[in-house]
Amino acid sequence: MSRVLIIAEHDGSSLNMSTAKCVSCAQAIGAEIDIAVFGNGIDAVAAEAAALDSVSKVIAVNAPHLEAPIAANWATEAVAISADYSHIFGPSTTLGKDLMPRIAALCGVNQVSDIMEVNSATSFKRPIYAGNAIVDVDAAAGARVVATVRTASWKAAAGSGSAELEQRSAAATQASHTRFVGMEVEGGERPDLQSAPRVVSGGRALGSEEQFELIYRLADKLGAGVGASRAAVDAGYCPNDMQVGQTGKIISPDLYLAFGISGAIQHVTGIKDAGTIVAVNKDSEAPIFEISDIGLVGDLFTVIPEMEGLLG
Amino acid sequence: MKILVGIKRVVDYNVRVRVLPDGSGVDTDGVKMSVNPFDEIALEEALRIREAGNADEVIVVSAGGDECQQQLRTGLAMGADRAIQIQTGESLQPLSLARAFMKVIEREEPGLVILGKQAIDDDNSQTGQMLAALWDRPQATFASRVVLNGSSAAVTREVDAGLETIEIDLPAVITVDLRLNEPRFVKLPDIMKAKRKPLDVIPLDELGVTVEGNLSVTRHAPPAQREKGIMVEDAAQLVQELKNRGLI
Ligand SMILES: Cc1cc2nc3c(=O)[nH]c(=O)nc-3n(C[C@H](O)[C@H](O)[C@H](O)COP(=O)(O)OP(=O)(O)OC[C@H]3O[C@@H](n4cnc5c(N)ncnc54)[C@H](O)[C@@H]3O)c2cc1C
Repeated sequence: MSRVLIIAEHDGSSLNMSTAKCVSCAQAIGAEIDIAVFGNGIDAVAAEAAALDSVSKVIAVNAPHLEAPIAANWATEAVAISADYSHIFGPSTTLGKDLMPRIAALCGVNQVSDIMEVNSATSFKRPIYAGNAIVDVDAAAGARVVATVRTASWKAAAGSGSAELEQRSAAATQASHTRFVGMEVEGGERPDLQSAPRVVSGGRALGSEEQFELIYRLADKLGAGVGASRAAVDAGYCPNDMQVGQTGKIISPDLYLAFGISGAIQHVTGIKDAGTIVAVNKDSEAPIFEISDIGLVGDLFTVIPEMEGLLG
Repeated sequence: MKILVGIKRVVDYNVRVRVLPDGSGVDTDGVKMSVNPFDEIALEEALRIREAGNADEVIVVSAGGDECQQQLRTGLAMGADRAIQIQTGESLQPLSLARAFMKVIEREEPGLVILGKQAIDDDNSQTGQMLAALWDRPQATFASRVVLNGSSAAVTREVDAGLETIEIDLPAVITVDLRLNEPRFVKLPDIMKAKRKPLDVIPLDELGVTVEGNLSVTRHAPPAQREKGIMVEDAAQLVQELKNRGLI
């Protein structure tokens, strides 16, 4: 039987939802599933991981130098405990994208990036060309599978399990060549873009940082997370962590509202898995209308205030 | 200090890629090919580091058939000093590519290797991280700011939660994100000059790297299409429609 080791993503105090999505992907293989949690003072995170359905064991490795997710340190620890596993999975978030290829190289294999569907324990579907083609990738029999899981393609596994918890000490000391300096967190109080059920997104049409406030106000009315196109981010209307798309975040909210976004393929690839896509654009020919479920040709500067009024 | 920059020849980002009817691949016949946009940003950063007096030489490296010399020439026209083609008729999986780059590193001993964070064709995002692992050196992926301080660099990274800054000792691998810089345009005289810059061709076998990898792509399919939706007339209808569907 396949044995999958999942590398947990967390912020030191709670487990990131992407980990539960990796569990769903591992369940699709029909494997025995363990989770590795690396960090410093991670008892709460390990307990959360142990509650995920169909997880057999959580391996917690605690050490001060594992507090920040420096890929060189975490990859060494992952490889140190990986001997008995046929598969090693991480999420295709920036953490997983940074870490997993380093693990793959140490294991001497290429990585399967962004698994969206499982065909079998050694065959997977993944997107290429910004989602314009979906390929079947087969892994050679006997070779370890190291992969990232495309979080937008998977539902989070439920949390009613109770896995065994194993504490281990770190296998290596700190890689002295890489030092964590700091983290600037933007966004603040709003729902997290990657897990919010509703997302309101603004594009270049917003025109300025001040006018982007319109997007925040509507989002707050709807209890929604906030996203943006690359053009809006590049123009400095909003922070970079809001970018949705091929090179930003791939999201799958139940409701996505795009205001003044043209619908370039690089943007659309980030929202293809959304439940309902709403587009408001003053150009009736905008490509975003080809993929929207509800479209409105109109000026966002009048439509948004009207919506706010109607939402009370 | 030398800086190595990876350059990949890819289908231009403006092309709407189509899957061949027999599922054997995507249609690249007569399609416009360009330098992977992230690699242009990587090269721009290397050139700025050299222009600031912190590097003496920028070398662009590409693995592929002779057609990738076109993209290497673009890199030379942008300002790279010389180019290396790792010659192979096969398309390399990221680990093989990282192994080939490692051989070039052994020959050239660069202080920095700067790559794009992903290629927009395979969207793999693996090579830089793999190279750092094989080299046993630091990696700073998805960089949006690079500040060199002698034998180390402070790199700001675009991560899901915001902006992370790490300090890395050189030599190191940096992979770049879109907001690091805006690549310069190539001017005609530079294209002429680039023709005279050295371009070395090294066959892949000579580096002792094989093309075999553990993965094989067996089928291409077009993505599932979303059904065409409805149009509404105004904000009132929009809000009503969202309410009807139980979305708000
Ligand atoms: C390598 C690469 C990676 C990329 N990655 C991403 C990515 O991850 N995410 C991403 O989003 N983009 C990405 N892009 C950029 C992408 O190609 C587009 O340039 C970008 O998405 C355009 O953003 P936009 O729709 O906001 O702007 P535009 O394309 O300029 O569209 C603005 C739209 O607003 C409409 N409009 C103007 N005024 C109003 C008004 N008052 N009311 C209503 N509508 C109005 C216009 O009709 C137009 O459709 C990438 C590009 C490259 C090359």
